Amino acid sequence: MKRLASGGRIDRNRPLSVSFDGKKLAAFHGDTLSSAMLASGVSLAGRSFKYHRPRGIFSAGVEEPGALVHLREGNRHEPNARATVTEVFDGLISTSQNAWPNLRLDVGVVNDLLSPFLSAGFYYKTFIGPFRHSTKFWMMCETFIRRAAGMGRATVLEDPDHYEKRNAFCDVLVIGAGVAGLSAALAAGRMGAQVILVEQDFALGGALLSDPVGGSGDDWLARVRGELEDMANVRILTRTTAFGAYDGDTYALIERVSDHLEAPENHQVRQRYWLVHTKRTVMATGAIERPLVFGGNDKPGVMLASAAQTYLNRFAVLAGQNIVVATNNDSAYAAAAGFARAGCTVTVADMRPEVNPEIAALLEGTGASMLPGYGVLEAKGGKHVTTAVLTPIDKNGRAAGATKSVPTDLIAVSGGWAPAVHLWSQRFGKPVFDEASSAFVAVEDPHCTLQPAGIAAAAASLGDVIVQGFDHGTKAAKAAGAVGDAGDTPETFASGPFWQANHSTLWATFDAKGKCRGKAFVDFQHDVKVTDIDQAYLEGFVSVEHLKRYTTLGMATDQGKLANINALSRMADLRGKDIPDVGTTTFRPPFTPISMGSIAGHEHGRHFQPTRVSPIHHWHLDNGAKMIEAGAWMRPWYYPGKGEDLNKAYIREAAHVREHVGMVDVSTLGKIAVQGPDAAEFLNRIYVNGWKTLQVGRIRYGVMLREDGIVMDDGATARLGEHDYFMSTTTANAARVLAFAEKLLQTDWKDLKVHVTSVTDQWATIAVAGPKSRALLAKVSDADVSKEALPNNHFTKAGIGGIEVRIHRMSYSGELAFEVYVPAGFGRHVWEVLYSFGKAFNLRPYGTESMGALRIEKGHVAGPELDGRTTLKDLGLTGFASEKKPFVGSILLKRPVLENPERPVLVGLEIDGETGAKPGSLLFHKTGETKGHGDGWVSSATYSPALGKNIAMGLLKNGKTRMGEEIRVVNFVGNEELSAKVVSHHFFDPEGERQNA
Amino acid sequence: MIRIECPICGLRNETEFTYGEDATITRPAMDEQDSQAWLEYVFYRDNPRGWHKEYWHHVQGCRQWLVLERNTLTHEIGSCTLARDAEPGPLEKPEAAE
Repeated sequence: MKRLASGGRIDRNRPLSVSFDGKKLAAFHGDTLSSAMLASGVSLAGRSFKYHRPRGIFSAGVEEPGALVHLREGNRHEPNARATVTEVFDGLISTSQNAWPNLRLDVGVVNDLLSPFLSAGFYYKTFIGPFRHSTKFWMMCETFIRRAAGMGRATVLEDPDHYEKRNAFCDVLVIGAGVAGLSAALAAGRMGAQVILVEQDFALGGALLSDPVGGSGDDWLARVRGELEDMANVRILTRTTAFGAYDGDTYALIERVSDHLEAPENHQVRQRYWLVHTKRTVMATGAIERPLVFGGNDKPGVMLASAAQTYLNRFAVLAGQNIVVATNNDSAYAAAAGFARAGCTVTVADMRPEVNPEIAALLEGTGASMLPGYGVLEAKGGKHVTTAVLTPIDKNGRAAGATKSVPTDLIAVSGGWAPAVHLWSQRFGKPVFDEASSAFVAVEDPHCTLQPAGIAAAAASLGDVIVQGFDHGTKAAKAAGAVGDAGDTPETFASGPFWQANHSTLWATFDAKGKCRGKAFVDFQHDVKVTDIDQAYLEGFVSVEHLKRYTTLGMATDQGKLANINALSRMADLRGKDIPDVGTTTFRPPFTPISMGSIAGHEHGRHFQPTRVSPIHHWHLDNGAKMIEAGAWMRPWYYPGKGEDLNKAYIREAAHVREHVGMVDVSTLGKIAVQGPDAAEFLNRIYVNGWKTLQVGRIRYGVMLREDGIVMDDGATARLGEHDYFMSTTTANAARVLAFAEKLLQTDWKDLKVHVTSVTDQWATIAVAGPKSRALLAKVSDADVSKEALPNNHFTKAGIGGIEVRIHRMSYSGELAFEVYVPAGFGRHVWEVLYSFGKAFNLRPYGTESMGALRIEKGHVAGPELDGRTTLKDLGLTGFASEKKPFVGSILLKRPVLENPERPVLVGLEIDGETGAKPGSLLFHKTGETKGHGDGWVSSATYSPALGKNIAMGLLKNGKTRMGEEIRVVNFVGNEELSAKVVSHHFFDPEGERQNA
Repeated sequence: MIRIECPICGLRNETEFTYGEDATITRPAMDEQDSQAWLEYVFYRDNPRGWHKEYWHHVQGCRQWLVLERNTLTHEIGSCTLARDAEPGPLEKPEAAE
């Protein structure tokens, strides 16, 4: 292996500092990591997934199964990078993975010796096999198996880079910038269509880049590229992979903006996720060469012929000196001739007994020798191939004669080609087998919005590739509405032999008995051998989908790009069927691996979802509140005094409200304007209680059910005017209640003249609670808030600090309390006016934790009780339901299962001891087993300053008849057991005297 | 990515909408006392292969409930109308019988 003195598409004036496992590589600008490794004599690239066998560089593209490496260090460390598509940059540090203590001396190789026990399905068999009655031993083994098997190591550090997403729209999306794609983009571009041309490589040209520098292809490429670059309507995206094809002609792309740099520059993103909405698509994705199967075909030194050709012509690197080219088709002859001209010793072992003289003539005068009717039986060597054992073969690929041992350091294999139909298949189904090219191709459909072109459509010659690409580009542009003139089709140029002609279906070399010599791999990345497929067949896993899952064939990061066809060939042989009858598995996105960061984009951390804040939010921050997330909202949790933790603070706040006055920001409550002449009828249907009698100026508490009779939400609704109601919902259910109301009004209740509008963001809401709340509001507002003028469940307009507000007399805490509704923009102003006047009344702000403590003391239900499983009866709310009218859920509420007297019902619990209960704890009888789900659960818990003890609300089977009973409260998570007494959930002031004060 | 032609907002991405439910079912009248009718309305659903009629909510757009024809087999999108203008009841396309 060496770098040639001249040639290649690298910039020899720009040497780069690149290392692999500490070894400095001779790398130039334009190299990939794999070409730099080969140029520096590094052929051992990694250890295999299961058996830890030495693996080298097998390809020069996205299909690479062996050369998976770690890139970079620290927080930019990246595992499982394919060296073959990693563009080198100055300062690139790469290391091997899945080897310990190092790549050359890997102890995991013991798995190779254990391989008889690790064959197909071993995982499943071990699981159910010897350890049927206990999984403990298995679980222990699994830890080690998982550690030994595997890929790279991910970093645990936070990714420092940014990723972004963008949408784009175009008329014609062209995927792949080889000859076909360039021709398609040229036609569509000339016609004036908006074109996006996507190329995963950093250079345009596709397979042209693997031809010798200075050929007629280079001229063609320069001409077409130049014309495309001058078109304003053509956007060219390099380093960009179209990885997914989705409904609605939407394609997902990943643009690797900064991966070819040590770190993103100038605040650029690392990668950009494009969602392209297109009218038509031309898929010019080319083909992937297939390997041949023989013993030791996974060893470093075995490589795809086209890859070796790419290394030679694009990177000026000879991947070997004594080269055996093993082929079953014509395409490898150009490569063989190239190697020979570069000074290598070349032996072509062609599995076909007859070779077209025109093709054979390519080798004339190069010094390469030819062995028609020969296959490679076995590759020998330790960490690198040293010998190819060649054998004459019969028409079934079986050895038929004396073997020849040829010393070699590179076996370049070509088993034909597989068109890259992945994107078509992702969207339109399974490809079909084309006998002429013995390959899977897309189903022909001229009406399909995605058309394959060129090699991806198994074109027969270079001329066909150009014509097809140009033709599909023209048709796509026309279908998208472009009317310009596409002009002349670019002329074709001289090129090497095409694969499609004279392809033999032989794919493996067997010994005379039909067995492979040694370990012959089908899937290199997941270590699936020919014998694993045989075993799957013997055990009845004959369908391709079963074969895949049983052997894990085609499941690794390369997704079977090399393995699939050979595996199908084997299964077809075993079943005595043709490949089309065996079928193929379904391709799914992504075409090649993509980073998690690109999928997340900006949507992580604080930007995972929008954060909602109340209009008073910044006052809370300015005054030292600890905030807590409640859904998308940030709410004040508690306001710690000096040295106070959560517990001290909330207990102090709750006690303060009962003694003096407190205020809490409840702006997060859902608020819905219900307006229209039929508003009362609407409320009457959606709430369980009656609304026809509610007068203007009054407020009523209501409960609503789901259609299935389960409680959905509760809240108070005020009647502001004749046809104008103001509904409040819980914070959590606001969106759901609105959507439900909209649905009913727009579908089944179209007859009702009602409009619902969310006004949550238009109003700030401040609850003022405590014995001194009336005195405070009397002082601060211009309204009469006396007991006579403003009884419970009434509201009044008022002015506070020059702002017109609404004061609702409502109590959640059980104290004398009011809710002040303020136009959102004045929320903080009114809060501050209240706070300033409040000093004379010893007013303190309180947070959601103490608000919760106060409502639990009162036994009010909230989110933890309205958990989507509870009925009116369960919650003791049956009294609210009207018997005089139907309402949502009124019939299904009476389902026997919901009326079962044994259902858990709401109770109060007095918890013994100092610690208090955890919500979610299970309730058990005082004696008896602590097993299963018990008799119920704790829904909400708090310390009650008013009662001086820990209390909780919970749902308990037959709870109504168990008052006074001692039960156990078990928290399985914390392994705690407490005892408790069942009491009424109306712990404090059950008569409600305080709020009626 | 399904794209939906909202009668109010035009062609929009699926991500702006939320799926509601089967639009071939009809809610019983409010005064319907037969619990079987309500059980069928709430719980009983066909799982058709092919064209189907569904409620979608343009929750991040005009907030209209829509009746959308969607092919459950191919994800093709058919007509899209405002729910308030849509005919209630089962889909009338012959393909629905498949």
